[in-house]
Amino acid sequence: MSDKIPVTVLTGYLGAGKTTLLNRILTEPHGMKFAVIVNEFGEVGIDNDLVVGADEEVFEMNNGCICCTVRGDLIRIIEGLMKRKGTFDAIIVETTGLADPAPVAQTFFVDEEVSALARLDAVVTVVDAKWLSDRLKDAPEAKNQIAFADVIILNKTDLVSESELATVEAQIRAINAYATLHRTTRSAVPLEAVLGRNAFDLDRILEIEPEFLEDIHHHHSDDIQSVAITVPNDLDPDTFMPWITEFTQKEGATILRCKGILSFKDEPKRFVFQGVHMLLDGDLQSDWKPGEKRQSKMVFIGRGLNRAAIEKAVEACRAA
Amino acid sequence: MNTTAPASLTESVTPIAAGAHVLAAAFPAHQAMLALADGTVLLVEKNHRLQPHGAKGILVAASDAHGLITGGDDGCVMRVSADGVIDAVATNQSGWIDAIAAGAGGSLAWSTGKKVSVRDGKGQVKNWTAPSTPQGLAFMPKGYRLAISHYNGASLWFPNLNSAPEVLAWKGSHLAITASPDGRFVVTSMQDNMLHGWRLPDAKDMRMSGYPSKTKSFSWSNDGLWLATSGADAAIIWPFKDKDGPMGKAPRECGVRHSKVSQVAFHPKAMILAIGYEDSCILLCRLTDGAELLVRHAVKDEGRISALAWDNTGKRLLFGTEEGAAGLLTLP
Repeated sequence: MSDKIPVTVLTGYLGAGKTTLLNRILTEPHGMKFAVIVNEFGEVGIDNDLVVGADEEVFEMNNGCICCTVRGDLIRIIEGLMKRKGTFDAIIVETTGLADPAPVAQTFFVDEEVSALARLDAVVTVVDAKWLSDRLKDAPEAKNQIAFADVIILNKTDLVSESELATVEAQIRAINAYATLHRTTRSAVPLEAVLGRNAFDLDRILEIEPEFLEDIHHHHSDDIQSVAITVPNDLDPDTFMPWITEFTQKEGATILRCKGILSFKDEPKRFVFQGVHMLLDGDLQSDWKPGEKRQSKMVFIGRGLNRAAIEKAVEACRAA
Repeated sequence: MNTTAPASLTESVTPIAAGAHVLAAAFPAHQAMLALADGTVLLVEKNHRLQPHGAKGILVAASDAHGLITGGDDGCVMRVSADGVIDAVATNQSGWIDAIAAGAGGSLAWSTGKKVSVRDGKGQVKNWTAPSTPQGLAFMPKGYRLAISHYNGASLWFPNLNSAPEVLAWKGSHLAITASPDGRFVVTSMQDNMLHGWRLPDAKDMRMSGYPSKTKSFSWSNDGLWLATSGADAAIIWPFKDKDGPMGKAPRECGVRHSKVSQVAFHPKAMILAIGYEDSCILLCRLTDGAELLVRHAVKDEGRISALAWDNTGKRLLFGTEEGAAGLLTLP
């Protein structure tokens, strides 16, 4: 696991400050060598030795999973880069402002060779504090990018007032309740805020603390939103596992991401799962600590999710 | 699986310290040559190292009767002859050279992004823009015609005709491509761990599935009637003797082991297949009776066999691995 090359995906709507963040990462005195895969080749100079131009080719798989798309260009480029292992320590993929992050993330789950060589570290989304509200109205990509994020860089905060900032944050939280959020100007964040996140590593899903869950009012349209559920009791794996498998298979097109830490009856270890669309990954992790409150928490981020139905289904999985 | 260990040829192998991921092995003009991902072309017998791309790496390589042709991450296509002379074929292409192929009479093809270029033996270059980035290129055995694999199918292009390439459509991402020696079939490997084939000229489809991973290596038998493929725990060999090719027929399997096959190379004169595995083991398998000979033991951390080639007399076998190990088998 540890010798896999970490891959950070940078997304964000046009002009949000992605390239500024990228150049900031590259020029910090970290001693790391990056391979950078960019799409808007030549638009703004990238300050790095190893820059590869990509063509964002989204391919459907013939495996019967309709939402299961991969980035063909990434598979080719990562395989090419891996022939020269040792010349770089990490990969950064910058997507275009209009890109859906799902095919990028799914590439690391679906392609056997890519997943043997590289691991998705985190999806980092840069958003423009001043223009986000407008983009959320007119650009579905902007919503997708927030929904998919593990880390959100709320940039250009100097251009808005504190109350405007609070409104934008609430809008972000309504879409994605669990991403780590950093307020910045000129994309200035410490490197450790965006690199080495292990966001897709089941070992690192230690806690889920969704914020703003009670305050937000939910739009019941096809809007993207977070549904967070906490069950204070143990769950029965014999009912929960078939349900989550079927739910993600059936609703995979509308569920963008999900994560959970579960307490199964008579199981001393926590069960941790995470998913991207229909792709689900789960395992038993560390023991519940003595005196720790055993409960099950999960977050689903998706489009038009039926909160009441999910709550009811999870409720039905309570252990007797 | 055989219960007894196969007889061994390991004593007849001369190790070669290649030192970097081996991309291709070949014997142009009877000289053993390797192309390495760090940018080196190695003339094995002379132990002479050349850097046709300067400090840059090689991504893809092909060979013909005269030398190796390499495509680099510097956007250059270079030719290195068996006596070590370097010639530039194309420079300043827009990006990585993604695929490369060598044809008869000194013709070459390469692609960068969606742009496919061919150069005939006289040096005349023609270009075509594919519908998506090509993953594989192969010259058809007859005529000056190129087969190109890409998303949702393959295209057959006559560079000297002003007509649009013939499209062989099949949904999905097509990777490597090969044409049967008689030109009757085109076969691609797919992202979905299967092969797809077309019978020419009626473009009748054939699906060859059941692989646990992607097929990266193809090899046709010397009589052109069998296609050996990598990607499973044995070499999978499809029959192409009949007019429908392998349709409705089971493939043969040989060299079953607990490791996936990564490279296959048919002997140029006999029904013997060299099989390279992901655990760096190599076997020879005789198709007539299934007899096996060990060429190389699996060695931990030496990486999968990534290049495997016979010389045209069938007396020598050159191989290399992803971790930079290599060797030359000379049959006793």
